Amino acid sequence: MARKPLQFRLNGAEKAVFVEDGANLLDVLRRGVGDLTAKRGCAQGGCGACTVLIDGVPGLSCLTLAETVEGRSVATAGGLPGDGSHPLQEAFMAHFAAQCGFCTPGMLMAATALLESTPHPDRNQVVHALSGNICRCTGYEPIIAAVLDVAGEGGGGRS
Amino acid sequence: MTVTVQCVPTVAEAARAVAHDRSARYFGGGTLLMRAVNEGADNLGILVRTTDPDLKRITSSGPTVTLGAGVTMREVLADPALAFLHPVARTIGGPALQAQATVGGNLFAPHPYGDMAAALLALDAEAACAGGPSRPLADLLRDTGATGSQVVRSVSFTRPEAGTFRFRKVTRVRPTGAPVLALAASIPVVAGRISGARIAWSAMAPRPLRAAETERALEGCRLDAAGIVGALAAAARGLDPPDDALASGWYRAEVAPVHLRRLLLEDGED
Repeated sequence: MARKPLQFRLNGAEKAVFVEDGANLLDVLRRGVGDLTAKRGCAQGGCGACTVLIDGVPGLSCLTLAETVEGRSVATAGGLPGDGSHPLQEAFMAHFAAQCGFCTPGMLMAATALLESTPHPDRNQVVHALSGNICRCTGYEPIIAAVLDVAGEGGGGRS
Repeated sequence: MTVTVQCVPTVAEAARAVAHDRSARYFGGGTLLMRAVNEGADNLGILVRTTDPDLKRITSSGPTVTLGAGVTMREVLADPALAFLHPVARTIGGPALQAQATVGGNLFAPHPYGDMAAALLALDAEAACAGGPSRPLADLLRDTGATGSQVVRSVSFTRPEAGTFRFRKVTRVRPTGAPVLALAASIPVVAGRISGARIAWSAMAPRPLRAAETERALEGCRLDAAGIVGALAAAARGLDPPDDALASGWYRAEVAPVHLRRLLLEDGED
């Protein structure tokens, strides 16, 4: 199978890899450069577990042809502090917004994109921003509360 | 089958490459084809994509609106002059999918998808294909299979008069789930009577389509409960909605008049 060179920035660091024709970004992240934070859920664009930011815009890495990120910036949950000190990480912990944790990296990236474009979203904006991300554990309310908490819009205390 | 990706600079070259090889498929935003690639579909040989900037062009300031086929739902949502289409684009997946899903791709999305296609049908859009003249979108969708054998360059339509365009999507999962059904309508009212209404469904047939009988039933009627009785009776007539995991065809046919009534009498322009 043909392989093509691919260069992009991952969480601020330059990466250069060879990718197979037709490879998706998710596989390149996980197998090519060892960033395991984006998850392979459905590989159909339906669950959002693979959500990353591409040039600051949320994208589904499972549906992104890897070669289309040539020269672009990709951000994953792997770029968040390892000690969990990012405000979103802290809010997720405070609100028990993760249980099994499989959806959490995608949720964090979707929330990051929202808060960067809309620092003080209302509840409807949070719901819409997370609408492409499925969580089978929490019932969504703790996640919504965590994002609202970071936004200073009344996420409340522990739910 | 091993997939090969071919990137060409113009949409004309992309169209030629697709026409040249039966296993070649045009690659737009990727939300449909990458699913097939991930599944290991054995009918994909070459994915042809292009960086042609024409595909990303939006002309929205005048009476005629033109959307490049590569314009994404996110880009539609970012254009205030396309506010009448925002209710459509906003419900097509979450923000990540909206950043990838294109207007052109939606024309060829398989059942139950195709909400933007239904909206464009209700707007009486014309599609410009690479290497060919513009033709009514309704004709293109009727003549082209769900896989799509042509490369669409852009779609154009006349900007609807304020308050005449409506869209309603019915889903199991709000706000952005796949549709049980969706319907779009252009409802001009002249001297108190409906004149030249256009109604289009998605998820009520294998492809989005105009509801010709319903449109005829609305002609010359008042836009009130008594005036639309005939249109409601004709809502699902002649249609054979598909069964899927979201709804049976029977259910779709049963609820179609309910949602048509709500669209006509309760929904206004966003």
